[in-house]
Amino acid sequence: MLADRDRIFTNLYGQGDWGLEGARSRGAWQGTKSFIESGRDWITNEVKGSGVRGRGVAGFPTGLKWTFLPKVSDGRPHYLVINADESEPGTCKDREILRHDPHHLVEGALLAARAMDAHTAIIYVRGEFIRERQRLEAAVRQAYDARLIGKDNIHGWDFDIIVHHGAGAYICGEETALLESLEGKKGQPRLKPPFPAAMGVWGCPTTVNNVESIAVVPEILRRGGAWFAGIGRANNTGTKLYCVSGHVNTPATFEDAMGVTFEEIIEKHCGGIRGGWDNLLAVIPGGASVPCVPGEKIRHAIMDFDGLREAGSSLGTAAVIVMDKSTDIIKAIWRLSAFYKHESCGQCTPCREGTGWMMRVMERMVEGRAQKREIDMLFEVTKQVEGHTICALGDAAAWPIQGLIRNFRHVIEERIDAYTYNSTSEGAVPSIAAE
Amino acid sequence: MSVRRLADEAVQPASFAFSEENLKWAERKIAEYPAGRQQSAVIPLLMRAQDQQGWVSRPAIEKVAEMLGMAYIRVLEVATFYTQFQLKPVGTNAHIQVCGTTPCMLRGAEALRKVCQHRIHPDPFHTNPEGTLSWEEVECLGACVNAPMVMIGQDTYEDLTVERFEEIVDAFAAGKGKSITPGPQVERQFSAAHGGATVLREVPSAKRTRVEFPPPPAPAVKAAAPAGIKPARKSPAKKPQGDA
Ligand SMILES: Cc1cc2nc3c(=O)[nH]c(=O)nc-3n(C[C@H](O)[C@H](O)[C@H](O)COP(=O)(O)O)c2cc1C
Ligand code: SF4
Ligand code: FES
Repeated sequence: MLADRDRIFTNLYGQGDWGLEGARSRGAWQGTKSFIESGRDWITNEVKGSGVRGRGVAGFPTGLKWTFLPKVSDGRPHYLVINADESEPGTCKDREILRHDPHHLVEGALLAARAMDAHTAIIYVRGEFIRERQRLEAAVRQAYDARLIGKDNIHGWDFDIIVHHGAGAYICGEETALLESLEGKKGQPRLKPPFPAAMGVWGCPTTVNNVESIAVVPEILRRGGAWFAGIGRANNTGTKLYCVSGHVNTPATFEDAMGVTFEEIIEKHCGGIRGGWDNLLAVIPGGASVPCVPGEKIRHAIMDFDGLREAGSSLGTAAVIVMDKSTDIIKAIWRLSAFYKHESCGQCTPCREGTGWMMRVMERMVEGRAQKREIDMLFEVTKQVEGHTICALGDAAAWPIQGLIRNFRHVIEERIDAYTYNSTSEGAVPSIAAE
Repeated sequence: MSVRRLADEAVQPASFAFSEENLKWAERKIAEYPAGRQQSAVIPLLMRAQDQQGWVSRPAIEKVAEMLGMAYIRVLEVATFYTQFQLKPVGTNAHIQVCGTTPCMLRGAEALRKVCQHRIHPDPFHTNPEGTLSWEEVECLGACVNAPMVMIGQDTYEDLTVERFEEIVDAFAAGKGKSITPGPQVERQFSAAHGGATVLREVPSAKRTRVEFPPPPAPAVKAAAPAGIKPARKSPAKKPQGDA
């Protein structure tokens, strides 16, 4: 297990003072000026060397992403946009950074902005995070008052932070939808290209990064990219905030090294599976959009980008949803289908119509009121949605159902059999009435 | 997508004006965005209007459009797209948002919803007979390790049981919502494991030591290869990897 001294988020549970003084006593805002003075390329190279990959969903290398911005400004300002729209079901890590370690984010924003030649960062917080946003605003104010940021600040890089917020739309986590929302419109994803690096918010070059991706930057610079790169496995470096919810004895959010096994995090941090390992049914290891993995396959899986790909799923946001054998797995996945139906922005037909259609079929599958051939048809339809939409929400809606059918087809079939068995010549009746 | 429409004309107020304090706040907020980009303030302003009025009425939408120089239809689009905007009046003491997404469902959100149906109204977005409480089921509120949970006003109430939730509903029904401390409703420090954090037992320090990348290896001596044997193609230097 990661040693406490190697943890980045040392106030994760709000044990100490979240404010400037507290953050300083834990190492924040130390050496910041020298990093700024070392310049754009030095910061970018340290971050590249650390091997940190985006903590949003896709895991794109953070340092590399920063190099996509124009080397020399053509007169348009550059913007750093920080994605604090955390809405992926199961995910609740950015929340802890916002409310308990906000100075990591504020300092990280300054340093990342320097590496992008940006003088403004906009932090887009999901509308429901009201207390979290208030805390962040207070931290930003503290930083302004101490002249750590702002015009003519002590670091010598003019820098403003705008804290913006949404109003309840999961899709605004998608980076171009977020930019639309930021411009005061409906949050509907843009067609790409142009990519945000060329034309982002208000038509200016923009980089969108997740809160955690930015908040780890100051520590990477302070301890050296080599330190971060030394934790975890090749291509999967560093520490990570995991959030484990569902049927474990003690659900929790915690920071650990990348590359620990599923068994290790469950035993060490979560008090084990409810009812023991034999009671484990399935796990969704990376937030709602990734396929579920059956219990026997996940136990020894390695919790990083490559490890979970080998297990047929994905690390996503490292939001681990654990389901024990009391779970109605069809219903659990149906609820995710309902989520995607609710959150589709409605812009492209396969997603708008497909999410509703999939949800309705899933609803019948929960009861067993379906034909077995419809299982294949449902799978086929998810394939028709996947990859045929403007943004990845279509894929995200398809994958959980595909994971269900791939791993738990027998459960769906048994449900259908049970329903058919209880039908009469008058038609199918629910099993309770048949008793 | 969810279909959302404005409330019936019968309940729409005749006009809307920001309070003096909110107006000042709005002007500051608008000024934060670059010149000519004041439209960006539309969500914050609508939210302020909702905070003031309890919900977003048609006159409030018109007012915001006027303040930001936007066409009414554009603001209407925003108000109907984002589900946090309440388009009709909600309970005066509390509007309870029960998170119903899978992680909360796995830990008992359906039972919380039933409490709302019994205590408030069988259907969401309807108030109880007194008009003090209303409820809806919402999607993941980003507090899943503290499931099941609800949000009331600006606060979240987490790690709920049916009994505890009923007490909370009672308190809000009696207008004593403030007597309940928000956050986890069991012995637990925010998102740390119940029974005590498993990590962060050491007192954090401000001391840092830098780990530098080792210098790049010296260039290989070319002449070493015997004549006639091609030197092996070198792959570029890789960054060091720990054994953790
Ligand atoms: C439907 C959808 C929802 C998303 N939601 C979030 C989110 O809530 N938070 C987030 O950081 N990234 C989210 N993303 C990913 C962002 O588009 C983007 O890739 C990410 O913010 C990049 O940051 P990173 O490179 O630091 O990971 C979402 C993507 C999609 C397609
Ligand atoms: S895939 Fe869905 S959410 Fe994404 S743009 Fe299309 S309709 Fe909108
Ligand atoms: S599912 Fe309820 S808070 Fe995430």
